[in-house]
Amino acid sequence: MSTVPVEPVVEAPRNYLNASYGVKSWLLTTDHKRIALLYLVTITILFFLGGAFAVMIRLELATPQGDLMTPDTYNKMFTLHGIIMVFFFLVPSIPATLGNFLVPMMIGARDMAFPRINLLSWYVLTIGAVISISAAVMGGVDTGWTFYTPYSTTYSNTYVTLMAVGIFIAGFSSILTGLNFIVTIHTMRAPGLTWFRMPLFIWSHYATAIIIMLGTPVIAITLLLVGAERTLKLGIFDPALGGDPILFQHLFWFYSHPAVYIMVLPAMGVVSELITCFSRKRIFGYSFVALSSVAIAILSFLVWGHHLFVSGQSVYAGMIFSLLSFMVAVPSAIKVFNWTATLYRGSISYDTPMLYAFGFIGLFTIGGLTGLFVATMAIDLHVHDTYFIIAHFHYIMVGGTVMAYMGGLHYWWPKMTGRMYPEGWAKFSALVLFVGFNLTFFPQFILGYLGMPRRYYAYPEEFQVLNVMSSAGATILGVGYLIPLVYLFWSMRYGERASSNPWGATSLEWQTPSPPPTENFTVTPVVTEEAYTYSHEAPEHV
Amino acid sequence: MSDTATVPALQEHVHGPLKHQFDDIAQQHEADTLGMWLFLATEVMFFGGMFTGYSIYRSQYHEAFAAASNHLDLLMGTINTGVLIGSSLTMAMAVHAAALGRRRALIICLIATMVLGCGFLGIKAYEYHHKFVENLVPGPNFHFEGNSARETEVFYSFYFAMTGLHAIHMIIGVGILAVLTFYAWWRGFHPQNKHIEITGLYWHFVDIVWIFLFPLLYLVGHHEK
Amino acid sequence: MSDHIVPIRTYFVIFMTLLIFTLITVGVALVDLGRFNVVVALAIAGIKATLVVLFFMHVRWSSPLTKIFIAASLFWLAILLGFTAADYISRAWTPLGLSW
Ligand SMILES: [Cu+2]
Repeated sequence: MSTVPVEPVVEAPRNYLNASYGVKSWLLTTDHKRIALLYLVTITILFFLGGAFAVMIRLELATPQGDLMTPDTYNKMFTLHGIIMVFFFLVPSIPATLGNFLVPMMIGARDMAFPRINLLSWYVLTIGAVISISAAVMGGVDTGWTFYTPYSTTYSNTYVTLMAVGIFIAGFSSILTGLNFIVTIHTMRAPGLTWFRMPLFIWSHYATAIIIMLGTPVIAITLLLVGAERTLKLGIFDPALGGDPILFQHLFWFYSHPAVYIMVLPAMGVVSELITCFSRKRIFGYSFVALSSVAIAILSFLVWGHHLFVSGQSVYAGMIFSLLSFMVAVPSAIKVFNWTATLYRGSISYDTPMLYAFGFIGLFTIGGLTGLFVATMAIDLHVHDTYFIIAHFHYIMVGGTVMAYMGGLHYWWPKMTGRMYPEGWAKFSALVLFVGFNLTFFPQFILGYLGMPRRYYAYPEEFQVLNVMSSAGATILGVGYLIPLVYLFWSMRYGERASSNPWGATSLEWQTPSPPPTENFTVTPVVTEEAYTYSHEAPEHV
Repeated sequence: MSDTATVPALQEHVHGPLKHQFDDIAQQHEADTLGMWLFLATEVMFFGGMFTGYSIYRSQYHEAFAAASNHLDLLMGTINTGVLIGSSLTMAMAVHAAALGRRRALIICLIATMVLGCGFLGIKAYEYHHKFVENLVPGPNFHFEGNSARETEVFYSFYFAMTGLHAIHMIIGVGILAVLTFYAWWRGFHPQNKHIEITGLYWHFVDIVWIFLFPLLYLVGHHEK
Repeated sequence: MSDHIVPIRTYFVIFMTLLIFTLITVGVALVDLGRFNVVVALAIAGIKATLVVLFFMHVRWSSPLTKIFIAASLFWLAILLGFTAADYISRAWTPLGLSW
């Protein structure tokens, strides 16, 4: 560095970032805002690790022959990609970072109800991640992220047990986070903040916490039983003893379908905040959007059998599960319609977070509508275990969750760091991400419909064009993720200083300085009106 | 596992009366109690996964499960049920003593609960030992005389998984009680805090799990003997 | 949560009731009631569990929120059990076809 930026020396006001220094002050912190940043670091590392496995997959699939790696290695690549991304990135992504940072602030509390448990949950996730990564390094796992029995219990000779232990431990991280959310939201709301005055971000995190609390224990016991079957030779799912592998699938999907909503409900909460703020309007149909989150939390537990249509599940159960899967689309659709209605005649500004919110709505809608395709038994018979499924859930998980995560990260970045990100670069990378994403995953819908199965390392020649498109898109997508990594880091030091409320937003976290003081609010705020009292005027960009 | 959560939960509660994030003691107590109940809700689902598996197999392999169940020691199971109910009584009395600020009674009740809990675990260990001797532990050495030996192995898999996890919960419970006893004895007991009550909730929950395990494992086949 | 102090005598009554129910359930298990053995055993277990929850765990005097949490966990358990069982029960049914 040859030039030192000339900046007037201002005594920085006391805030949670400069309240104390040193590694210990971070590793032993009980401040929910610092814990959120710890999570942010961990999750970012895990995201790029999971992304690295995706790169390997797309590289192998650039050509029809299996030329880059052996089939065994390929199996491990998609397994590790799935496990890291699902259990270690997507599930904790928004709740553990943005949720941790914002839930107490949005309800006007000083901290979570159980700050030490909050810190513990970060350690638990980190330990789980270290164990899982060790399993990956020692030799990997090749069962797919779904751990289907009896392959996972009897035949696979990879590090299934160790990986199961890692995921089991990480599950406790989400349980502890969810517990903290529910108790905090119930007991610590500021005076005047009634349930129907809460920001929708809080509603969606409450609904997410319900799913976490009631779903995660089931995957925990299921993986524990798989581990016990491998190590202690219990016979729970073993067909040789009369056990039933489909029972495993029931238990697994009882958690893993609602887990999709653990990923996407917080994203919906973020989008509700973004849409209202950047169209300067009260959300259309507040109570519908709020209660549809709770409806999703409940309905999402009634549809898991749509993953078992071709597994030998009874046809009648399949019909019921199919019908209920259609029903779970209703509350999601309510949200999309209400967001659209909110936009109508709003004074919309196209800042980066809003671009991501638009991206979310479009991509989530595509993901959701193709979800209806695959919830139909007849179509699912055709596309089951093909790239159609891969494309469908990547539209939900990446197009939905990750887009909203990026949008939320930009939106609250000034609050978290006290600095603005560079708007030009941010808009550019949002565009790159959108293009890259669609180029990666849209061809996969076609590939799947044409019959290319998932989890194969080689494929017939005729699929190459679409696969090359997908791999090229993945490269663009990767660049789209690397640019924000660089400029967000850069902005922490060189970004423009942010005012306490750069977007002119109404919720409580903007009523306190950026970055906030350790206690969040110097005076406990009193809430006197509903959320989103926007008055149609353009924000003052301070 | 699910138990890792209770140990820090305990530490969380053992210290100081009012923590900075709360406005008053009432709010703090409400949060603590609510937190424990939520944790117990996750425990319901945790054991629920196994109960589901058990129910499915029992409906499919009715005879095998009855035959396998008859090899469990009904007398020991019944005695153990009584022991555990007794420990719930002493635990409830400990909560009572804590609420009234009676330190001596509290310590006596806590110790009694631990003794009964350990008694339960001792009897369980005795039963486990017998199953080892009789080759009824699932795995390569499993051997069951009679029809449908394969399905009886499934029964015993569930028997060990369910009672084993229950026993782990008991062990953790005893550990927490030991810490509480230590605090009550050594540091003097603070009648305002509710650690005893919260631990009591956990202990009673573990008791309830057994209340269901007992008929499902020990009683399913006896009328067919 | 309850600051309600329950008289010790209540605890003893509950304790004795639980022991008596334990003996009843063992006794009933030795009599052949066919399919109803399981029903009776689970009903008694349900009564015992309810007594523990209401009195030992003080839920009788707890806030509605606690009761909602308990009800929710039981409801979700019912979902898990019920929908899984629905598959197994209907698996053996004749597939649609001839009669349609
Ligand atoms: Cu699903």
